[in-house]
Amino acid sequence: MFIELLKIELYKIFKRPRTFIAFGAIAVIILLVQFALKVNGKDFVEFYTDSQADTFDIPFDKILNGYFVCVAVLHMILIHVPLLVALIAGDMISGEANLGTLRLLAGKPVTRTQLIMAKFWASTIYVILLLICMAFFALLGSMIIFGTEDLVVFKETDMHIMKSGDVIWRFFAAFVFAALALTTIAAMALMFSVFSENSLGPIVATVCVVIVFTIVQQLQVPVFEQTINPWSFTTHMLGWKGFFYVEKNAEGATIPGSIENPAALVRSGLILLGYIVLFLTISIRGFNKKDILS
Amino acid sequence: MSDVIRVKDLSKHFGELKAVQQLSFSVGEGQVYGFLGQNGAGKSTTIRMLMTLIEPTGGEIEIFGMNLRKHRKEILRQTGAIIEKPDLYKYLTAKENVRIFSRLSGVKASEKQIMDQLSLVGLAGRADSKVKTYSQGMKQRLGLACALVHNPGLIILDEPTNGLDPQGIADMRQLILHLSRDLHKTLLVSSHLLSEMEMVADHMLIIHKGEKVVEGKVSELLDPEKTMVELLTPDINSAIAEFKSGPWQRHLKEPVKGTVRLECNRNEIPALNKYLVEKGIPVQSLRPLNSLEDYFLSLTKV
Repeated sequence: MFIELLKIELYKIFKRPRTFIAFGAIAVIILLVQFALKVNGKDFVEFYTDSQADTFDIPFDKILNGYFVCVAVLHMILIHVPLLVALIAGDMISGEANLGTLRLLAGKPVTRTQLIMAKFWASTIYVILLLICMAFFALLGSMIIFGTEDLVVFKETDMHIMKSGDVIWRFFAAFVFAALALTTIAAMALMFSVFSENSLGPIVATVCVVIVFTIVQQLQVPVFEQTINPWSFTTHMLGWKGFFYVEKNAEGATIPGSIENPAALVRSGLILLGYIVLFLTISIRGFNKKDILS
Repeated sequence: MSDVIRVKDLSKHFGELKAVQQLSFSVGEGQVYGFLGQNGAGKSTTIRMLMTLIEPTGGEIEIFGMNLRKHRKEILRQTGAIIEKPDLYKYLTAKENVRIFSRLSGVKASEKQIMDQLSLVGLAGRADSKVKTYSQGMKQRLGLACALVHNPGLIILDEPTNGLDPQGIADMRQLILHLSRDLHKTLLVSSHLLSEMEMVADHMLIIHKGEKVVEGKVSELLDPEKTMVELLTPDINSAIAEFKSGPWQRHLKEPVKGTVRLECNRNEIPALNKYLVEKGIPVQSLRPLNSLEDYFLSLTKV
């Protein structure tokens, strides 16, 4: 029955035109970034590498390749994708309440826990499809437009160089991590959705929480750095970047296939998983106790 | 005849508000059971408890002889319902809606079964139209198709004629009678349109402010011989004084909206009229109240 419920949820998601707005928005943004970098890429790379220009001899013409563009795109848009995820996940229960279909769903021979889990997995599948769309345009598209070379990533005053053959798995891992991060957002939006009767509230609440925690994180003041930021999901949502920071040997050369700080990545992943479990538990408990009056 | 629904001492409180209080009733197999009350009387709250949408504060519900709390899935698999207005997925077609609700009920309805349900409610010709293009009456009929697609033994309809035009109301009435007489379904139908219930229900329960007022066979409750008589007179105080001291004392009921009401047999009405004339009470009208509506109003003192 659960698989049937999941199929129904996916069917409903992909029958709504608003679902495709997110896919369209991602495609348009990526194409715009790619166009801008094709036309003014050198200026962008110079700006991007400004702080390292004195330290390293930077081969500007080789840096601007498909892999570099994809990382740049991910930097620019992954922070905004939570809004697109909230648009769908925040509407999951409250949208049904608003439409008046929640009472029909809840009066069917399925448990409320099954309903929540079906909606959660449907949101997760939507997130994965969104990221596949992003990978298609940002990675594949950039590889076609800009070609492939070694990937150079800058971290503060450090430079990480990855051989062309050592890159694709990193993108795959980064997209998987981003899926985990965005699923956390979906679980939070779903939780807000359980306690609301209109669609807008949970979407706005989700976006507000992300904005507040992002600001707290960017303030970089000790009081937040020591208390909130180590546990804030917005801190760990950016964990995907860790796959592009490589370990170096004693001579300072990159070790192929390595990750600079795998333990931090695992920690971030576990914290995000913890948030997902917490949000889902609250959703299930709240929904099971909820009197459906809409 | 076995009971399909058995409700005992059912209560629901929302904080201080007692929406349903100690309500007990039973619905026999094959009955069309009218569940009557004014808006806010507690009908929808009771139906929501029967459909497990809200948790009762107290009491027990048994459906098909099973405890609703313990056997929720088995019971809901055999139950179809429209709760208040049938809101469906507006961005889907009628056929898609029926398919989704059949699957949610654990039945993979074939194309033919879906079309049969849509034909039953007269929507086969609009099966592929999106619900957002439907009128209220069509949505109501589609809601019924969704409630019936898994062939339930018990059908619960909450205000099924709400928002319908006269033709729509007549169609719904025919459909309810068809489901009961030809398909032998058990129906619990709530309404505040009492005259409609009078035409379809064989049993009824009237609730007021969450409490049971009366329950029984419609034919017995609306005894053609017994009736409530409403006297309209400019001298209501004298009339009441006469009734309280004279032979009509036991027939006297509480006055309602400036009228005097007495319960009596129809053949006693001429004698009542004669008594009033003899006592010099001016009679503007002496009217027997014999519809369910009148009966309901007399019971709930509106």
